[in-house]
Amino acid sequence: MAIDAATVRKVARLARIAEPEERIEALAQELNGIMTWIEQLAEVDTDGVEPLTSVVHAGLPLRDDVVTMGGDADLVTANAPKSVGGFFVVPKVVE
Amino acid sequence: MSALTSLTLKGALDGLDAGAFTSVELTKAHIEAVEAARGLNAFLVETPERALSMAAASDARRALGAGRPLDGIPLGIKDLFCTQGVPTTAASKILEPFVPSYESTVTSQLWRDGAVMLGKLNLDEFAMGSSNETSAYGPVINPWRKAGSNQALTPGGSSGGSAAAVAADLCLGATATDTGGSIRQPASFTGTVGIKPTYGRCSRWGTVAFASSLDQAGPIAKTVEDAAILLTSMSGHDPKDSTSLDVPVPDFAAFVGKSVKGLRIGVPKEYRVDGMPAEIEKLWADGIAWLKDAGCEIVEISLPHTKYALPAYYIVAPAEASSNLARYDGMRYGLRAEGSNLTEVYENTRAQGFGDEVKRRILIGTYVLSAGYYDAYYLKALKVRRRIAEDFDNAWEKVDAILTPTAPSAAFGLGENSNDPIAMYLNDVFTVTTNLAGLPGLSLPAGLDANGLPLGLQIIGKPLDEGTVFSVAGAIEKAAGFKTKATKWW
Repeated sequence: MAIDAATVRKVARLARIAEPEERIEALAQELNGIMTWIEQLAEVDTDGVEPLTSVVHAGLPLRDDVVTMGGDADLVTANAPKSVGGFFVVPKVVE
Repeated sequence: MSALTSLTLKGALDGLDAGAFTSVELTKAHIEAVEAARGLNAFLVETPERALSMAAASDARRALGAGRPLDGIPLGIKDLFCTQGVPTTAASKILEPFVPSYESTVTSQLWRDGAVMLGKLNLDEFAMGSSNETSAYGPVINPWRKAGSNQALTPGGSSGGSAAAVAADLCLGATATDTGGSIRQPASFTGTVGIKPTYGRCSRWGTVAFASSLDQAGPIAKTVEDAAILLTSMSGHDPKDSTSLDVPVPDFAAFVGKSVKGLRIGVPKEYRVDGMPAEIEKLWADGIAWLKDAGCEIVEISLPHTKYALPAYYIVAPAEASSNLARYDGMRYGLRAEGSNLTEVYENTRAQGFGDEVKRRILIGTYVLSAGYYDAYYLKALKVRRRIAEDFDNAWEKVDAILTPTAPSAAFGLGENSNDPIAMYLNDVFTVTTNLAGLPGLSLPAGLDANGLPLGLQIIGKPLDEGTVFSVAGAIEKAAGFKTKATKWW
């Protein structure tokens, strides 16, 4: 299941990371090296084994659906690269 | 002044209680040590003014006779914990500049108990690394050097700043986090004690996320007892973290010094790996002998899926990281790069903001979660993860704790492994299993190699049985008599 340049371009796009064209080949090789090493997992017999998603055995706790904090837009936007009057300012989304 | 920085945390608490010195004096001594040690690059942010005002407040409390469990104790904080009003970077350019408007649960509990913040400690970017070399602000330098050498060594990673700061007597203890070995491997490389508790002991709220099903906070300290005191303050249920365990927190320090007579200690044969230095084999044998002398029963056990732990980890952790780090989109905080449309803004922001190792892991994570590969990689890794957890479940039928080496080598030179990702990943071969299984693991210094560098032993415990881990660690600490410190050159 070799990772080629086209796969790297596709994955980088999905991950929203701009990778310059001259880096693509080297990245494909690097990722291939790592994935080849990971392939050894195929040796493990996992027939009938339930995937382990959480080591915490308790169920997900529930709380009352009430506002616990909020109402401070200035605090929420305090670290924004751009904000006006308690709103985030973002690039144009809809043409 | 140096006398105050060479104290243990417990020694400093006793001194403060006895009125031998004040927290302001203790804190000033540490601030001076931090300033004199900038060559180690351990601190990313120093907060001397905040430290002194916290120390003064502590002295005032003590004067009224109301001392708290960590009252007046200067600590360093790994820069992965959000600290209100103090920049938090995760050692990444993408968060620059980020000043949290809230405090992480773990640090808020330390301040509740009276501790003093000296500043924020360097780490691998987003805690992804084993040598501190992925930090956007340059690596931390290990205070330890090989005998007769000036070569700069890694303090390990990702909590390299925490480990180096404690080893160099810059603070009396430090917070750290561990996703695959990031507390224990640096502790082993710097002659310090570090514990990753059971998953769920410490709240993850307000700690920058890497791989949420594996991330756990814990302390790095000078002694087993100091680590136990810190962990007691850091632990506890937090409704703001849905994986936080609602169980009582014992006084962990009470377990240090308890007899280990009759405890059954497992020695897993799979932890003898090819190419492991003879010194580490010998240290492990020493540890076994010490515990035998202390009355433990040594039991050979098998953890057959050990060799698959790292490859499984390098699917699970990057998959979770690729999801967690999707939040860094340049819209709500941190860096925003230019672009001709929204997608370009995202892509350029993330290309400029993330370092190479973080990008590598996001790409792997995105790949293993992408259509067509999810079952083959991600689901397979989760099944192997269960096999690894079952190995431990089987072992607990025969033993009360497990003894292993912490890392397959002593500290290595900066730059020595940085071109080979897999060689770097192998640093965590003995530690990553406990993250996958959610178990507590502690590393403590137990000896020196031929170059005079510290080596650690690891004790793994049953879920929520940190108490036994601390008792066993206390017994080894006493028998090993490890007292060596790095010779000051900085």
